Amino acid sequence: MLLEIKDLTLEYGRIEALHGISLEVEQGEIVALIGANGAGKTTTMRAISGLRPVAKGSIVFDGQDITKLRADKRVILGVGQSPEGRGVFPGMSVMENLEIGAYTRRDKAGIAEDLERCFALFPRLLERRKQAGGTLSGGEQQMLAVGRALMTRPKLLLLDEPSMGLAPMLIQQIFEIITEINSQGTTVLVVEQNAQQALSRAHRAYVLETGSIVKSGTGQELLNDPSVKDAYLGVA
Amino acid sequence: MSVDKTAKAGSNGNGNGSVLKSRWENMPKQFRWAGMIALVIFLYLLPFKEFYLYLGIPMGDFYLPFYTARTEMAQVLFDTAVFVLLAVGLNVVVGFAGLLDLGYYGFFAIGAYTVALLTSPESRLDVTWPWLAAVPVAVIVTLIGGVILGGPTLRLRGDYLAIVTLGFAEMIRLYAARNEGILQGQRGIPSIPHPPGEVNGDAIFGVTDARPYYWLALTIIILVVFGVRNLARSRVGRAWVAIREDEDAAQIMGVPTFLYKLAAFAIGAAVGGLSGALFAGNRGFINSDSFLLENSILVLAAVVLGGAGNIGGAIVGAAITWYLPEWLRGVGSSLGLEFDPAEYRIAVFGLVLIVMMIFRPQGIIASKRRAAEFEDRRKEAVASE
Repeated sequence: MLLEIKDLTLEYGRIEALHGISLEVEQGEIVALIGANGAGKTTTMRAISGLRPVAKGSIVFDGQDITKLRADKRVILGVGQSPEGRGVFPGMSVMENLEIGAYTRRDKAGIAEDLERCFALFPRLLERRKQAGGTLSGGEQQMLAVGRALMTRPKLLLLDEPSMGLAPMLIQQIFEIITEINSQGTTVLVVEQNAQQALSRAHRAYVLETGSIVKSGTGQELLNDPSVKDAYLGVA
Repeated sequence: MSVDKTAKAGSNGNGNGSVLKSRWENMPKQFRWAGMIALVIFLYLLPFKEFYLYLGIPMGDFYLPFYTARTEMAQVLFDTAVFVLLAVGLNVVVGFAGLLDLGYYGFFAIGAYTVALLTSPESRLDVTWPWLAAVPVAVIVTLIGGVILGGPTLRLRGDYLAIVTLGFAEMIRLYAARNEGILQGQRGIPSIPHPPGEVNGDAIFGVTDARPYYWLALTIIILVVFGVRNLARSRVGRAWVAIREDEDAAQIMGVPTFLYKLAAFAIGAAVGGLSGALFAGNRGFINSDSFLLENSILVLAAVVLGGAGNIGGAIVGAAITWYLPEWLRGVGSSLGLEFDPAEYRIAVFGLVLIVMMIFRPQGIIASKRRAAEFEDRRKEAVASE
């Protein structure tokens, strides 16, 4: 088991945002977490990467309890994240953004290798490598955010709404690349509102509703589930 | 299509300043070194009156262009240099790490008081160290002060941090004003010794000639600027940029954000303390009135005016902010005017800052990076409307 979350509870002030959710991610999987706006998807992601403190429950990553570990130390252990809203550094060039991704690493050869891999996945970033992050289009910023997370050489890649604000064709492309990254050996946990794409690409998926997990299963099962279809796939 | 448009808008946002700047950056290295050396020599020559005679503006003996008439030029230059050093330190905190610190002047006060307490024969500590020995202690004390204030407050962000630091500076000043014990209240601490050194039996750092103080301060500024510049270009500097631009994103790239923020805070504080030590060594006397809140705000205004995040910008901003009103003070009187422009300093800078924030938020001399950050923020603001 690469990631194991047990009874995770998280509060914003006095309001409970997550009511004891449990989920698991196996080595090599793509796992999707779907749900409506405000269901707690991003909060879950931020708890895993360490940006939000946890009230109750535990997070075990790669056999180690990381519930109380600082965010930057989780990066060293292998948790890489492309955050909600992309979080591209606007004043840094594309190249500098990617280099900051390798901030914790010292292996020059490995970094060069990952940079090459990044440009192979996203040739657009190579074209724009000298341009400031803030001047990229939405799609390019998303590519940069994913590329930058890959530069941390993660065992687990957390993707928060990679399709947000993108044109349908770009969404398709981003998900193809996510599948490609996964087939190269990186485990992926993706949070999505675009349930159709996420479920058809994921091995397994969880449905989150107002802070609780209400359903789980393989991507295919959930795609065919009547209540999921009704609520998230826009098919009556 | 839309991508190309935004790219253009971004590069245009830098304005004419960056054209000059990139032309400068593209010159051969030897040429740039020669330019810098010429500038440094020019700065060392500034306090000589003869220098102004040859500027070629014939206005008679009683008035020299750019030479302050009401206050001794060398003293104005020294005060400007102390202020510039403060700005260089504050720029590390506000400009590099992006932490809004309104209480920076508190560290200046701590540095000055540390020197006063350790050196003055009138101090109740009664140790009477020489000035030079007290300076490193003052720097270390302010560094620790920075860590103590930063420890709990740097977990706060933005406006909260600004308010807490503002309270800190006022606390230091009020404590100094009311404490009749060791800090000796309004009476202050007199007889602080000057920096050491003698030529033919005369002290270099006396009371009649302020020039040596200016040269000392200038030398310290140059050394500090070298140190800070190297820091900004190192791994630490890159971490600061990441924190300033997006703290959450920096954290998930593995940057220990709290530690680096604390480092910026402490380094800035230490430079402020050094500046205070210089100030005490020149004045020979300090009390709580030497550390007014308006000066705390004025340093920040100077850094923002010049271009936060750019060392050159902070220096130019601070030099203008301090020197210009002092110079205008003399111009007014030589034209036979009754009013003193220096009195309106705060009001005028308020106005200038508002205008700057609207038309050139990145400051007079801005880094390309800063310009891009502001452009990005502007886009976000428009999008969310």
